[in-house]
Amino acid sequence: MSRTAERNPEVRQLLERKYRHGFVTDIESDTLPPGLDEDVIRVISARKEEPEFLLDWRLRAYRYWREAQEPSWAKLNIPPIDYQAISYYSAPGAAKDAPKSLDEVDPRLLETYDKLGIPLHERARLAGVAVDAVFDSVSVATTFKSRLAEAGVIFCPFSEAVREHPELVRKYLGSVVPYRDNYFAALNSAVFTDGSFVYIPKNTRCPMELSTYFRINEQNTGQFERTLIVAEEGSEVSYLEGCTAPMRDENQLHAAVVELVALKDARIKYSTVQNWYPGDEEGRGGIYNFVTKRGDCRGENSAISWTQVEAGSAITWKYPSCILRGDNSTGEFYSVAVTNNFQQADTGTKMIHIGRNTSSNILSKGISAGHAQNTYRGLVKVFPRAEGARNRTQCDSLLIGRDCGAHTFPHMDIAHPRAVVEHEATTSRISEDQLFYCRQRGLDEEDAVNLIVNGFCKQVFNMLPMEFAVEAQALMNVSLEGAIG
Amino acid sequence: MSAPLLDIRELRVRVEEKEILSGLSLEVRVGEVHAIMGPNGAGKSTLAQTLAGRDGYEVTGGSVLMEGEDLLEMSPEERACKGLFLGFQYPVEIPGVSNMYLLRSAVNAQRKAAGQEEINAAAFLKQARGEAARLKLKPELLKRGVNEGFSGGEKKRNEILQLAVLQPRLAVLDETDSGLDIDALKVVAAGIRALRDGQRAFVLITHYERILNLISPDRVHVLAGGRIARTGGAELVSELEASGYEAFLPAAA
Repeated sequence: MSRTAERNPEVRQLLERKYRHGFVTDIESDTLPPGLDEDVIRVISARKEEPEFLLDWRLRAYRYWREAQEPSWAKLNIPPIDYQAISYYSAPGAAKDAPKSLDEVDPRLLETYDKLGIPLHERARLAGVAVDAVFDSVSVATTFKSRLAEAGVIFCPFSEAVREHPELVRKYLGSVVPYRDNYFAALNSAVFTDGSFVYIPKNTRCPMELSTYFRINEQNTGQFERTLIVAEEGSEVSYLEGCTAPMRDENQLHAAVVELVALKDARIKYSTVQNWYPGDEEGRGGIYNFVTKRGDCRGENSAISWTQVEAGSAITWKYPSCILRGDNSTGEFYSVAVTNNFQQADTGTKMIHIGRNTSSNILSKGISAGHAQNTYRGLVKVFPRAEGARNRTQCDSLLIGRDCGAHTFPHMDIAHPRAVVEHEATTSRISEDQLFYCRQRGLDEEDAVNLIVNGFCKQVFNMLPMEFAVEAQALMNVSLEGAIG
Repeated sequence: MSAPLLDIRELRVRVEEKEILSGLSLEVRVGEVHAIMGPNGAGKSTLAQTLAGRDGYEVTGGSVLMEGEDLLEMSPEERACKGLFLGFQYPVEIPGVSNMYLLRSAVNAQRKAAGQEEINAAAFLKQARGEAARLKLKPELLKRGVNEGFSGGEKKRNEILQLAVLQPRLAVLDETDSGLDIDALKVVAAGIRALRDGQRAFVLITHYERILNLISPDRVHVLAGGRIARTGGAELVSELEASGYEAFLPAAA
């Protein structure tokens, strides 16, 4: 903390207010002791009353993971993680008494989500957004279930889907991200505890936005959630996830997997506002966010669009990708990644063009301040049979201050001679002219920076559902507090 | 008599180790319009930037008071909130930040500094649209990014729009007339005249007679060699137009 902050309680308050979601909910929880072996996996699977096939799959994933190596290719400085010091299961209250409806949810939990600005009571909820709330390892409430059921849409905690719709889970789980995909996907496959499951039936447009809020509460736990969205032929869905965690001095691990399947003529829009605790100004604490997200445009004319606003986490390692398998399918990736203090982000996307006339669009905005390092890493791959493939990539980086870094690694692997692939990249410092112009009109330096940065991100924010665009903008301002001066 | 709105005494300013202003003095009272003319490189823009508090303009001597307060001690935004407005010679583009959003943020920042509540959004919009119409600015430019893709003339008119909405005590307009065609010049001049209401003062920095014919300043100054070399009334403008600045240039140049 700066000297000004030590002397001035108001400045100190401002700094400490930075991460607004840093509180801990004091609630009784059922938490497994730290450590990971096959028995732990058996316990998790048993608590969730899982069918045999899932336990087998988990164990295969675990055995693979045990032999695998942590990836080291990212431009990240990752301190060694002690996987045996983490608890792999934590549920509020006793696991077997899971709430059946909102009325049974512990009021302290509802209060937690109220504090986060996510009221779970349906009447208080923004019209048209259904919410699934995941607290540590367990989903605690899903709203608007009945209205969704009328449309035939399934939106429920993953563990419930395993019990109620095992055939769907079995068919699609791991079909986009196999457990052998990478180290963290393997770990997730072995130990994932909950997450959301979405199924949109044929020719159905999901009647409302779906969203999941992830919250890590317990100390020394990891959160390993798994999301699976299946959009049947001609269906359409927009889904949003948000994430927060308490402020702690230790690092906490979050390794999620998200799989999207879009069949013929289906469209999936997936938006993320990631605000895990980023650590303090000295780089102590914060979430390690190792996430595998991938969408499979399996059918003709299908479309998958990723929009992400990555503001939190000490380390972010994620590459939401699209496999453009169906002819005429399209993939989009719109990203804002902001890093301040000692945060590190290595993020980007992969667009895999397999089908004919497939197209993809990548727009990445990286903002780096303090001592942060921000990397865009992308792959555009065009297969020999992908006649008519097109990609457009634009990566813009904005630097605030002298001690931060921005890096761009755009890989291209083009096997079709007539593919059209465009790449444009810019790196700039926040312009003195722009800052001075705003200040001359009366804005203080911090507001001026926020204004300019929000303008820089505008094209991406425009892709978010409106309520969340406002949230994203506010989040950017909080993330960059203290970035100047 | 009350303190002048702007009181510059013996101001010395260096830019990159080179002295540009060498003892400039100027007094501006409420209600007055001053024109500052002079050859290229005389220090006109340096004066404007220094008054607004731009980094890199190092004051090595003299003083600047605004309504009796030391302007040089203030940050750029404090000066703006005190009522100093700079019309930029080259207004910068800020992509993605809507023109109206910046202007409303500016109005609210200045109101906050004055201890006032935020402006009512509808009232603001009505005011801004009205002023834009008077300045013949296309309504879509209000929604576009600040100066993003504006023509030169549109950028200058946008500066006058901000001036009209912010209603500053002291407006320093740095070559606002450059690059305007006759019609645009008339619109801009009319915008300035409309604000000439005895509540504020203007310092117009210009190369040309034509805007001054439309505005008729109270005082005209020639800035040469880093100081005010001559001061007169509006008649000085036509004299300069006839004789040029040669008389003010250093003999050995």
